[in-house]
Amino acid sequence: MKSFKFIFFLLFCIFFNLNNVFGENAKVDEISKNLRCLICQGQSVYDSQSEFALSVKTLILIKLESGSSEKDIYDFLKSKYGDWIVYEPEFNNYTLILWILPLFLFIFGGFLIARKVIINKR
Amino acid sequence: MRIRLSFIFLFILVSSIALIFYKSLFEEKNYIPKNINNKIENISIKEFNTENIFFLKNLFEDEKFMAINIWASWCLPCREEHQYIKNLSRIDNLKLVGLNYKDKTKNAQKFLEDLGNPFDIILSDTDGTKSIFLGAYGVPETLILDSELKIIKKHIGPINSKIIDEIKNLTN
Repeated sequence: MKSFKFIFFLLFCIFFNLNNVFGENAKVDEISKNLRCLICQGQSVYDSQSEFALSVKTLILIKLESGSSEKDIYDFLKSKYGDWIVYEPEFNNYTLILWILPLFLFIFGGFLIARKVIINKR
Repeated sequence: MRIRLSFIFLFILVSSIALIFYKSLFEEKNYIPKNINNKIENISIKEFNTENIFFLKNLFEDEKFMAINIWASWCLPCREEHQYIKNLSRIDNLKLVGLNYKDKTKNAQKFLEDLGNPFDIILSDTDGTKSIFLGAYGVPETLILDSELKIIKKHIGPINSKIIDEIKNLTN
C-alpha cells in the first residue's frame, strides 16, 4: 500500500509538470529567460512577478499561439523597448567593441605569455 | 621619499574614489526606453465596460493628435495626476484616450465616480498586452500620438503642469 501511494505521488508529480516541460509554457520560459524586466531591472522577465513581466509572458504565449517565431518575438520587443530588453546584445556597429574586445584581449594576453615563455627558454 | 610617494598614491586613490562616488551615486541607473518616433500598429482595443472594439486610427475625429493615458484604480500616482488629466482634456486638437490597465471594472468605475471622467473615450487593457504594443511598461504613462500613430511624446510617471505645457506646444 505504501509503495502504491508512493508511485501514485510520483506519477502525479510527473504529469503535473509535463505541460511545463514539453508544452508551450516551456517555450515561453525559454524566451522570457532571455528578456530583461524593465520594472525590476536586474531580474529577467521569467523571474519577475511585476505586472509588466506578467504581461510580457502573456504576450509571448499569444504570439507563439498565433505562429510567431522566437526571433519575431525578440524583434517585436526590441522595436518597442530597444535592444536593452534582450540579455544577449546583437552584433552591430554599436556593440562591435563589446564583442571584439574580449577576443582581442585574449589573443593579446596569449601573445604576452608566449613571448615570456620564449624569453625564459632562451 | 618612500613615505611621500605612498602618501601621494593614497591621495590619488582616495580622491579618485571620491570622484567616482560623486559622479555615479546621483546618476539615474534605471533604463528608460526613449524610443520616440516609433510608429505603432493600428491595433484594436476593447472599450471599457462595453463590448465595442475600436481600432486606434478610427478614434480620431477632427483631432490631429491623440493622448493615451494609461491608468489603473490601484495605482496611487494615477490619483495624483488625475487633476492634470482634466487640464489635458481642455487642449483642442487632442483626443484624450484613457487606457484602463489591468483593473477590476468595479474599482475603475469607482475611481471615475470619485475623481471625475475627463476622457473622451476609455479603452480597456485587461491583460496588459495592448500596453506592450504601445511600448509602455507601467502606470501611469502618457503617450502623444500623431494621426499616423507615431509616438511624438512619451511621459513615464504622473504628469504635471510642466508636461501639459509641453504637450500644448507640441499640438499647436
